[in-house]
Amino acid sequence: MLTFRKGFKDGVPIALGYLSVAFAFGMLAVEKGLPLWSPVLLSISNFTGTGQFAGIDLISSNAGLWEVVFTILVINIRYMLMSLSLSQRLVRDMPLWQRMVIAFGNTDEIFGVCLQQKEPLTMRYMMGIILCAYSGWNAGTAAGVLAGSALPAMVRTALGIALYAMFIAIIIPPARESRPIMKVIVLSVLLSCVFSYVPGISGLGNGWTIIICGVLSAGLGAYFFPLTMKDEDPLDQKGEVR
Amino acid sequence: MSIGKVLLVISVMALCTYLPRMLPLALFRRKIKNQYISSLLCYLPYGILAAMVFPDIFSSTASIISGIAGTAIALLLAYRKRGLLPVAVSACVTVFLTERLLELAGIL
Repeated sequence: MLTFRKGFKDGVPIALGYLSVAFAFGMLAVEKGLPLWSPVLLSISNFTGTGQFAGIDLISSNAGLWEVVFTILVINIRYMLMSLSLSQRLVRDMPLWQRMVIAFGNTDEIFGVCLQQKEPLTMRYMMGIILCAYSGWNAGTAAGVLAGSALPAMVRTALGIALYAMFIAIIIPPARESRPIMKVIVLSVLLSCVFSYVPGISGLGNGWTIIICGVLSAGLGAYFFPLTMKDEDPLDQKGEVR
Repeated sequence: MSIGKVLLVISVMALCTYLPRMLPLALFRRKIKNQYISSLLCYLPYGILAAMVFPDIFSSTASIISGIAGTAIALLLAYRKRGLLPVAVSACVTVFLTERLLELAGIL
């Protein structure tokens, strides 16, 4: 059963990862000369990594409002794809207000962990995982603001890889079971490297690159390896992946 | 930036983060029946997460060498189906130790 308790437990690794990232975020914001309350307010109201890091750059460079809108939207368009995917995994007949609450907590990491659940996602489960991760995110931010640069640099740089490693732990086990998923991942990685390293298109910006690579690789995957639909439930379909 | 402007920017950011998360969840309330679209949605998370990790993971640490070492350990342990936390902690420890070695060797 996907209970609150199970959700909270699944949220613990995320919260731990968030502690360090949010800590770095809080420190960086203070370093850039933002008022002390602003990183905390950003974490409470935004609850997103990449967007908030971009945000402190925008604030410290005194960016215009449209620049803020455009930059943050481009970074966050991937959330539309994740929310669309998540909408297919929720229990049926979940009321609109519950969907709107869950939407606030649909971060990359929470989405990734939800992906691992075989059953449809319940409101209780989502509340557990979101509250746990959200606590870690805000506690980390506050600690980062307070501590300044107390944490030695050698520990900080080692923590930089934590969330990436978590994503690897999310996508590799299913790829082992399913060749199409493996091919989608390999294709996406290759595309992403092309976009990062080939001169000319490498200036496109991270937000767009992720969307293009994700949609292109999944689109080709769906074209060449369509899932057979025994059941309408995409969770059951996953079992049908060759 | 004035306090008022900072508050305005933070509010605008919150809106630009919440709307992309909320609209698809609020609008797509039924199961998608189309085979191509539902296959696409099944593969999409893997494509997106993979593009987010690579190649950025290599530059997420103090040196590309420690980044590659941490990535290799993460891939190996994930392939052996270890949990999120063991994989993340092992990658961090690997990076930490590699960077100390690089310091000793005078590379970092």
